[in-house]
Amino acid sequence: MTKKDKGISVNLISRHKLEELSSNEKLDFILKEVQSGKVLVLEQGLTSMEQTSLIEHTMREIEQDTFIGIEMEGYSEDRPTFLQKFLGKMKKPRMTVIGPADLLKTIRKDNNMIQTKIIPGKRS
Amino acid sequence: MGLFSRGSFSTIIQKIFGKRHARIGIYGPPNVGKTTLANRILRDWTGDIMGSVSDIPHETRVAKCKKNVKVENGKSSLFMDIIDTPGIATKVDFKEFMNTYGLSREEAKRRAKEATEGVIESIRWLEDVDGVLLVMDSTQDPFTQVNVTILGNLEARNLPVLIAANKIDMDDSSPATLKSAFPQHPVIPISALTGYNSENLYTTMVKQFGRKRRKRRR
Repeated sequence: MTKKDKGISVNLISRHKLEELSSNEKLDFILKEVQSGKVLVLEQGLTSMEQTSLIEHTMREIEQDTFIGIEMEGYSEDRPTFLQKFLGKMKKPRMTVIGPADLLKTIRKDNNMIQTKIIPGKRS
Repeated sequence: MGLFSRGSFSTIIQKIFGKRHARIGIYGPPNVGKTTLANRILRDWTGDIMGSVSDIPHETRVAKCKKNVKVENGKSSLFMDIIDTPGIATKVDFKEFMNTYGLSREEAKRRAKEATEGVIESIRWLEDVDGVLLVMDSTQDPFTQVNVTILGNLEARNLPVLIAANKIDMDDSSPATLKSAFPQHPVIPISALTGYNSENLYTTMVKQFGRKRRKRRR
């Protein structure tokens, strides 16, 4: 019999992995991982529209005794320059951290740093 | 006397270049004063109120709409359907209602369930509004993910947005922080509770939401 690992997984998800997924697949993947108690750091975060959809999906999944929602923090999308807009380049989402709301707490956020805390509890 | 008086001339100009009617959603995180502001607007222009307010988050759990509220700005005016939406959050914990606000377990669970449905309803309404009055608490850090997400969503839809920096009657309010955080949008410091600076808000609402603009459908 193997001893069950204790602790909280923090997974860094590459831009490559996220680019392979459609918006819906991305949201399903993120929500499933977060519901299972993992904290995800996305190298390339979600667009504002995807973030809104993630909030909507999260609300449907809330189970009052087991899953109270998500904590999500990321940097604002990079704004394209005039030339980039002219060439058809869109805003790019940036690094984002997402985790279960009962585990991950945001302490402070500014343009240069997102400070979070993982609170070990019944999930660890 | 000329062919047109000043009043009718400005009406004609407004008909050509501006809107006469707009559907405006009042958005924001829970407990920033959305319903207090909706009540203020309605009291000032119709003598009515929108709904009850409370210190307990998620007091508004179903969107409420008041149609054809005429807001005037000198010679021009705008008819607005005002929609007071439930607060948008990424989490809803019934235990917070019990431990912090003393609700019974049953009451807290019911409120939490209704709150999650309210968030979904608010997001759905984004499809059907012509502009957004985004309410932020000027005593709080403006860089919350909910604020950033809502703003990004509105920019992607090309919807006009006006930020109401609420609660400036509080000692620790800092509307300047809000202005510097979101320089790309008009920010009006107000107190929905006392009515301070509401005239300025109404003038900006008519200007901002009266413009013709093509919104992007998603």
